[in-house]
Parts: sequence; C-alpha cells; structure tokens
Amino acid sequence: MERIYLDGVSSKPIDPRVLAFAKQFLEQGYGNPSSLHSVGLAAKGVLEEARTKVAELINAENDRTIIFTSGATEANNLAIRGTALRNVGRGKEVVASAIEHMSVLNPMKELQKNGFSLHVIPVDSRGIVDLMKLDEALTKKTTVTSIMYANSEIGTIEPIKEISAIVHDKGLYLHVDATAAAGHIPIDVKADGIDLLTLSSNDLYGPQGAGALYVKPGIKLQPVLLGGGQERGLRSGTENIFAIAGMGEAARIAKDEMPQENERLKGMRDKLAEEILTIEESYLTGHPTQRLPHHASFRFNYIEGESILLNMDMYNIQVSTGSACSSKTLEPSHVLLAIGLKREEAHGSMVLTLGRSNKMEEIPTIMKAVKETVERLRKLSPLSKKEVI
Amino acid sequence: MAQVGYSKKVMEHFMNPRNVGTIENPDGYGKVGNPVCGDLMEMYIRVRDDVITDIKFQTFGCGSAIATSSMVTQLAKGKRTDEAMKITRGDVASELDGLPPQKMHCSNLAADALHEAIKDYMSKKQSPKKTGIKRGKAAG
Repeated sequence: MERIYLDGVSSKPIDPRVLAFAKQFLEQGYGNPSSLHSVGLAAKGVLEEARTKVAELINAENDRTIIFTSGATEANNLAIRGTALRNVGRGKEVVASAIEHMSVLNPMKELQKNGFSLHVIPVDSRGIVDLMKLDEALTKKTTVTSIMYANSEIGTIEPIKEISAIVHDKGLYLHVDATAAAGHIPIDVKADGIDLLTLSSNDLYGPQGAGALYVKPGIKLQPVLLGGGQERGLRSGTENIFAIAGMGEAARIAKDEMPQENERLKGMRDKLAEEILTIEESYLTGHPTQRLPHHASFRFNYIEGESILLNMDMYNIQVSTGSACSSKTLEPSHVLLAIGLKREEAHGSMVLTLGRSNKMEEIPTIMKAVKETVERLRKLSPLSKKEVI
Repeated sequence: MAQVGYSKKVMEHFMNPRNVGTIENPDGYGKVGNPVCGDLMEMYIRVRDDVITDIKFQTFGCGSAIATSSMVTQLAKGKRTDEAMKITRGDVASELDGLPPQKMHCSNLAADALHEAIKDYMSKKQSPKKTGIKRGKAAG
C-alpha cells in the first residue's frame, strides 16, 4: 500500500527543493556567522539571506525584526517570558486563549509561580476567541496577550485584526503564534497589527530545528537564553545554518505557491469533509468556513482516537488525534475540551491535514479506510447502538 | 533500546481480536471503565461445571484496551473459574510481550472485567433467582 501521509500538523516532510538548496550548508557551511574571516562571513551571508526570505513571508518592516530560534516552542517561550519579564514594571498579568499551544500556556503557568496572574480567554464551539471576554480581561497591568493565528487541532482561524484592535486600544502587546497558519494563509504583520509572531521551519516544509520570532521594531524583550549575544542579544547560541537556510527557502517557496496550493488543498479538504460527514454520528470539529485550507478535523461517537490512528496506519494512512490515550499526560486535548466537547466526545477525534504530496485521486482510498475503520471499531465498542453500525 | 510503541503481539490482537461480541443470557457479566476516561470493557461468560466454555467482549478504548481484552478472553477460555480469577493484569501484559509504561494501568483493565464477570457468575450461583445481565455501576 502506498503511503498517504495526512499528519503534516505533527510533522512535515522537508520539501525536496528546500533540501537541495540547504544541503550544501551541511556539507560545506561550517563557518560561524560571528567569525570575521571569509568562511564566517559566508555563513553570515547565508543567515542574512534566510532572514530576508522569512521577513518577506510575513511582510515585516525589515530583516532585523526576525530572531531565529531552535523552533516554535523556543520562539513562544521567548515571546511570553521575554515580554512578561522585561515589562514586569508595568504589571504581572498575562492573557492567552484557552486553545493556545502548550509552549504558550506552560510558560504562562510557570510565570504564575512567580506571582503573575494568568487570564484564560474562552472560545466558542467553533473555536473563535470570545472578544468580549478578551476585552474585559485586559488591564493596564497586562504585559503580554497571546492569541494564535490558527489552531492546529481544529483548523479554526482567529480574527486577528479584530483582536489586535482590542489589544492595541489598551496600549498593550499582542503575540500571535502562527505556527499552524504560516505558509498556508497570507500573514501580514503590519496590516494585521501584530507585535510578536512565532514561526516554525518544519511547518513551512523546512528542516526541523529552526523557528523564528518576529519582534516589531521598538519592542524590548528580556532574553531567555544567555551567552554570546547572537541574534541581537535576544537568542544566544551559534546559529543552525543548515536549518535556518532551509527555513528561508521554505518560506520563499510557501509565499510563491500559496495562492494556487491553497485552492488545490481547499478542494480536497471540502471533498473529504463532505464524504466523511456522510458517516453516521460523525461531526466536524472547529469552524466550518473560517478554517485552514488544508485542515479537516472530525470526531466520531462510540470510538476512541488512538484506535482510529492505529487502524488507519494499517492502511498506511497517517492521521492524528486529540484522544487522551495518545497523549503523554493521558488527558484529552485541552482544545477539544475548550470548544465544549465532553470528555467521551473528545476521545473520538481524528485530524487530517493535507499537504503538498496529497492528490485528489487519493480520496477514495482515504474514504475506504476511514469508513472501514469506523465500522470495525464501532462493532467492537459496547457504546454503539446497533442501528449506527 | 527501549521498546517504541506497541509490540507486534499487541498490534496483532488489536487488528484481529479474538472472541468479540456478546452472549445472550450469560452466566456472568462484568463491566469496568468509563467512556469519560476513554476505556470501557464489557465481558460475558458462559460457564459449565465451573469451566468457562465461552467468553465474549466488547471494548471502547485505545489499542491496548482492545488487545488486552482479546488476550484475557484467550487466556480465560477453557479455564476453571477459580483459575481464571488468578489471571492478573501483569499476566495479560506479559502475554502481549509488554505494554508501554503509561498503558499499564489505565488501559489494562481487561483482567478486572473478567474477574467482575466471574464474581457475577459466583453470586448468581449462590442465589439462582437472579438472572439476566446485572447492570452494575461501572468501576474505574
């Protein structure tokens, strides 16, 4: 059976064009960008070219706004801790939506131990942040507000411009985690009104091991990693030239190909959703229209997500789930609980993310696997009613 | 090297579970777990002369929940009820060539479901008036 990979939300394959471009920097790019000799300067040139490409993807004011990190987790940590600690004189309050990634929520929870208060903003059943509650939660003491561009588990795209207006109206900073959105939908930090923005290389089909934080000119952060003062002193450590060069090239390709690729993936996504929702007691999770073009997420009554994942893998189709049984904490996804699902409902989730390798012709194979998986697991389940099978 | 994911035997039982289904008017019925926690198992036994002659299960849950249910039915079938009572969670896990550490407790309730079914059989034997499926409160 040919592999059909539908789990780009967990990890994406590196684009062959990115690999072809960046490979030379693994083989020859041993220079340290901080060295002043010719080998060092060559590495510095590679680094700065990548910075330009990443800045262009999000229409940043200039290249200097891009701080390279080891990935989105580090960028989120730098954004949250860096802003909160640098602005502690203003107050000790931080705000995030209930569906943020753990690399946003956990640094905020850690700040709570140091006397910060954390305000979590609820979302509606489609995953949209409650703007009234957001407005109420913001005070003069709020040092950072973090709302994601789009959610990786339910695909919902947040109204970032409206959110930005609310946050800026109070003179506060907005951090946006764009890990799931970047490269899939157009992002313009100036037009959207974003102060800090997180990006991941791998989510752009670049190599793992690189990410970036956009920092709007004039915003001051306290660094999290201290050392040799690389990346304008905000992120010490010798730069990972291979991964960063790859991230830059991945950003360039994503920007160039986004319009046509989005249309192609949207067509597949809608076809998949239409067919999957013909299965009895299956439901779309997340927003029906305001969602990522490549993202289709569902839940099925009476069956459990890890079983769905394992069963689909037997067809050589890779999917993901927000079920407790597949997580390290053995808790169901906080995102699915935040949109109001009961725990037993959250257990039955399946996330399909389409990517560059997927083709419309694969849909019948995917559908056969999904239908047989749901049918088999429902026959095994004591919760199923006979008429549903 | 530490084992990655499930053993081949777990996957084999997950894909081809033995003794799936229900038994009409069973001699014993056991139910453990809770859909809220992500695992629910129901076990049905037929007993003749204190020997488990038939056993069926239905399970809602993850890969190991299904595989352990299948394995425990295989271990219990043909055994005397007092012997089957001695089957432990550990026995089920080792017969499956082990389970990932985080699965040892929450998804390894199959032996408990079997024991519940045998206890149900014992209590019916002592007071034969009670027949039919006992819809007890779920444990776990």
